Amino acid sequence: MKNSLVSNRIRSSRIDRVYQSFIYIFLAVVTVVILYPLIYVVSCSFSSAESLVNGQVFFLPVNFSLQGYQAVFHNSQVWTGYLNSILYTSAGTLIGTGITLLGAFVLSRPEFPLRKFITVLFMITMIFNGGLLPTYILINNLGMYNTIWALVLPGAFSVWLAIIGRTFIKSTIPEELFEATCLDGGNYFQYLLKVVLPLSKPIIAVLALNFAVGQWNSYFSALVYLKDTAKFPLQIVLRNIIISNIIDYSSIGSLDVKSLMERQYISELLKYSLIIVSSVPMLILYPFLQKYFIKGVMVGSLKG
Amino acid sequence: MRKNHFLYRCFINKGVWQLYLLVLLPVAFVIIFAYLPMGGIIMAFKNFSIRKGIFASPWVGMKYFDQLFNSPIFLDIFKNTIIISVYSIAVGFPFPIILALAFNEMSNQKIKKILQTITFAPFFISTVVIVSILMQVFSYRYGVVNETIKLFGGNAVDFLGSSSFFRPAYVWSGVWQTAGYSSVLYIAALSSIDTSLYEAAYLDGANKLQKIWHIDLPGIIPTIITMLILTTGNILNVGFEKVFLMQNPVNYGVSEIISTYVYKSGIQQAQFSFSTAVGLFNSVVNCAALLIVNWISRRVSDTSLF
Repeated sequence: MKNSLVSNRIRSSRIDRVYQSFIYIFLAVVTVVILYPLIYVVSCSFSSAESLVNGQVFFLPVNFSLQGYQAVFHNSQVWTGYLNSILYTSAGTLIGTGITLLGAFVLSRPEFPLRKFITVLFMITMIFNGGLLPTYILINNLGMYNTIWALVLPGAFSVWLAIIGRTFIKSTIPEELFEATCLDGGNYFQYLLKVVLPLSKPIIAVLALNFAVGQWNSYFSALVYLKDTAKFPLQIVLRNIIISNIIDYSSIGSLDVKSLMERQYISELLKYSLIIVSSVPMLILYPFLQKYFIKGVMVGSLKG
Repeated sequence: MRKNHFLYRCFINKGVWQLYLLVLLPVAFVIIFAYLPMGGIIMAFKNFSIRKGIFASPWVGMKYFDQLFNSPIFLDIFKNTIIISVYSIAVGFPFPIILALAFNEMSNQKIKKILQTITFAPFFISTVVIVSILMQVFSYRYGVVNETIKLFGGNAVDFLGSSSFFRPAYVWSGVWQTAGYSSVLYIAALSSIDTSLYEAAYLDGANKLQKIWHIDLPGIIPTIITMLILTTGNILNVGFEKVFLMQNPVNYGVSEIISTYVYKSGIQQAQFSFSTAVGLFNSVVNCAALLIVNWISRRVSDTSLF
């Protein structure tokens, strides 16, 4: 009996070792595949246009140069796009977080008579929606076409973020604090402002970062609702330059570059630098993004 | 009892009207931006013209649905949508689970954390940038893939100019972007499995594979099923953004899907009623898929959304 157990253990430990190495190989391959394109883009962006076009860049920058970044900074479209994106992202984050928090707070109060009804009213919109055309007509009828509001308002109240917020408030803020507020003669507004908000900082971060990333990265609303090029956010500018290959050569010409060939090389290099420049905010925020997006997933998976 | 007394006093004294006031804004947003467009769906049954507005436009019944079902392109876009969706689910759904199981077997917490940080990162890259990277890396003239092929003496392949490249590129770039993020949920579920089960398995002499098969997988089955229901509920909701960016005249045959078609016929060609009908068809199929999978899951496994 004892012997068979021991031999069993030895056999399984051998299988375990083989298996363990498989896991390490798998994870190593996954990591390399995920990391390589990112490193490649960064390296390209710091290489010289010529070595890029001649296909010399494989891993590290070749003939280190900032030509690409110079071209990006001389491109006025990129600047306008950047400013617009900052504006849309700030407005979207502020409005979205505020309205979604309001919904989250009210749904977290068990004594609210319409709680069930409103929850269902919200949930239905997660399963069913009017679709692109009716929304488009509505935005036009509201006079929001070609304005910032078409990008910021339609998605401002997020049902699943409200539910995450509700779950967080319900599960972390002790009911005694509500009773204490009542005893002190406080009302709901005071309870929300002085008790709930200060204790909900982590979930406010979850909501704000979700809205910020969503708004910064989105291009669809801008594609559908914006007409003036001066209002285009960065993602549309990126799309026009990199994917549709519409490049304003005059902006590159100002860099003392003579031949057409050379301009073309630089416009190729510019694409890589542009990718990096547009991703800088995400890069800076990444430690917070990782922390709070994981938190959001965790709270979201709790049954509220 | 005591608690109820306090609550009672509070909302009698202070008034629950404040809650109504606070919820007014969220409800207004949902009604305006979600329910009004739902009402706008009646456009699909009318011959909508901007001048007359939705209510004054004349009814045409099922005309636009007939037009859709009889149009030669309908089968193509329906088929393309289903194929790209099923392909995405078949690859993209199990991959994060495997990744989570692999992470769970790592004993070195430091390296585990670093790897998770790396795999999580692409989630925050915008769709435009993902497609840009894809096009740069696979570009015919300067792309690193073709440079590598040439380095080994091969001939450059025009990936972007071939329609067979579209589906794998769409699906695998999606896995590249979201696998790390999607695995978080499963890693959390794995870490909440009762450790006494592993001790018992150790005493019984189970090897790692057996532990995964008999403890890990059953432990995360409810999470897997919930995610599967949610995923199938979106079977026709193939993301417009990425497909639209990846489209070119060469791959229209495989890349034209319902949502890109709605955009083109509706916004670009201003066939409002017809496009609304297409969109409605899309929503109804999604809804049906969600309900069916939810129903099956409730019968088979006791896990369901509602």
